[in-house]
Amino acid sequence: MKLRFWGVRGSIPTPGPETVRYGGNTTCLEVRTDDGTLILLDGGTGIHRAALNLLREMPIRANIFLTHTHWDHIQGLPFFIPIFVPGNRVTLYGPFDPVSGSGVEQVMEVQMQYSFFPVREAELRANMDYRVLKPGVSVSVGDATITPVLLSHPVVNYGYRIECNGKSMFFTGDHEPHTNIYAPGDEAHAAYEEMLVRQRSEIVSAMAGVDVLVADSSYTPEEYATKVGWGHGTYDSSIGLAAAAGAKTLFCTHHEPTRSDDALEAVFAAALARNRAAAAGIDIRLAAEGVVLEW
Amino acid sequence: MHFEKELLIAVEKMPAFPKSVQRVLELTRNPDSAPKLIVEVIAKDPVMTARILRVLNSAFYGLPSKVTGVDHAVVMLGINTIKNLAIRIAAVGMIPPTNDAGFDTNRYLLHSLGCAEAARLLAQKLDDADPTEAYIAGLLHDIGKILYALYQPRAFRAALDRSAATGLALHLAEQEVLGVDHTVAGALLAKKWEFPDTLVDCIRQHHQAPPRQGVGRTLFLANQIMKVRAFGDAGNPEIVALPEGLGGSLGNDYEGVAESLAGLDNLLAQAGSYAGMKEES
Ligand SMILES: [Zn+2]
Ligand SMILES: [Zn+2]
Repeated sequence: MKLRFWGVRGSIPTPGPETVRYGGNTTCLEVRTDDGTLILLDGGTGIHRAALNLLREMPIRANIFLTHTHWDHIQGLPFFIPIFVPGNRVTLYGPFDPVSGSGVEQVMEVQMQYSFFPVREAELRANMDYRVLKPGVSVSVGDATITPVLLSHPVVNYGYRIECNGKSMFFTGDHEPHTNIYAPGDEAHAAYEEMLVRQRSEIVSAMAGVDVLVADSSYTPEEYATKVGWGHGTYDSSIGLAAAAGAKTLFCTHHEPTRSDDALEAVFAAALARNRAAAAGIDIRLAAEGVVLEW
Repeated sequence: MHFEKELLIAVEKMPAFPKSVQRVLELTRNPDSAPKLIVEVIAKDPVMTARILRVLNSAFYGLPSKVTGVDHAVVMLGINTIKNLAIRIAAVGMIPPTNDAGFDTNRYLLHSLGCAEAARLLAQKLDDADPTEAYIAGLLHDIGKILYALYQPRAFRAALDRSAATGLALHLAEQEVLGVDHTVAGALLAKKWEFPDTLVDCIRQHHQAPPRQGVGRTLFLANQIMKVRAFGDAGNPEIVALPEGLGGSLGNDYEGVAESLAGLDNLLAQAGSYAGMKEES
């Protein structure tokens, strides 16, 4: 299995001298399984360079799994060049939206309206299809099995577990650890807590024992205090998840857009020092554009 | 006189507009409202709760475990999704499945949801009306027609037919056949539901010369845009020419104004899929 990061930034692309080491593109990961099956996780701006890299392999069969439909996870999709070339096959997988009653099939159409983009969805030349996934129901792509897991974000967000010949990884997309909406003294607090415990343990078991966990680590705990409900995790919550799940390697990603490379390394070092006990035995790294891991 | 008496009786017969939804809308005006407050409001309304659970538990989404309550729904999907679901469900839930007038409530709902979305975007863009108020105005401006379809079905059918055959504006046909038009009926209903006066006035005046600002202007523009776009249909064939300057900086024709509203097409597509859910929920 091979993992490559094409975009690691949260919310908005941040090119510039401050972010050259870790990169300014928004979320996109490329996964290659043992038989070469191509899986892309999210279509942030990083997917553009992934596409350039794929041109020499065309015609391609691309499986794009979207964690959710916030802009920073889909805005590169109209620039995924293989969709304009006949002979390629692109399948977009993703969650449903109970509010609109629709699912991933509207992602391209919405972005490619004529006033926002010069080409319409109907004019795409690749063989495109869309598959709305149900939480917990695995799909097979090539020699890989992918299982979507319901996480916690302002819109429905799936984390994905990818397995192939005994190797495995998990990508959270955007995820904020669940918090109790009731104060401790409140009579509804205990029952709610019980449901949270169950939900958390379902999430942890979905990522249990993975070789690689890639997790939303947008904030420091101090920053998080003013950003509760925004839908993102902290370095500490990611390390906690990795420890609970027994992950061997953890990549912290979805870097906060105002964070320079130096600042990123500083808050990361502090997080490792703060969480020494939980971090023990886990290979913890900052995700960076261009980083490749093969195992 | 006779008509007005019957109208008041009909207004009394209409079900209450869920207070819970009004509260949720109020709470959502403040983005910092505690999730707990929103949950409490929804959970106290058994009909709303049942509808939310029915949507979430439909096989379509295939959630891993059955959602058993509002708290549970929030644990699984988050407060933001549940809040928006409650508002959408309320809009659909107001509409009875059938009526003796043969009034197409699916297309009516589409028209209303479209007006609501457009009015909200317009309020944001023109920045002189409360977006939530504009949304409700769009959603409910034609509610008087539902009252007629339910309690004056034959007369309302006659008005619809006359309007369709002659191109006469529906509210004028209603005045001929029913004595009073749906703006009066709708305003009475909104008053009964204890909506703010601005909203009641807005419903009452929505076929008069459009105001130059505020919720009334957003509703007028939204209503005409939906008719120009033929998005849904509430039985009125008349499109009023855009008064000079009413679109402000957004444009001098309805299509231009519509194009200035980023995201409108997407919202309309969503409204479409939601209106289609009416039968199952
Ligand atoms: Zn994000
Ligand atoms: Zn997001």
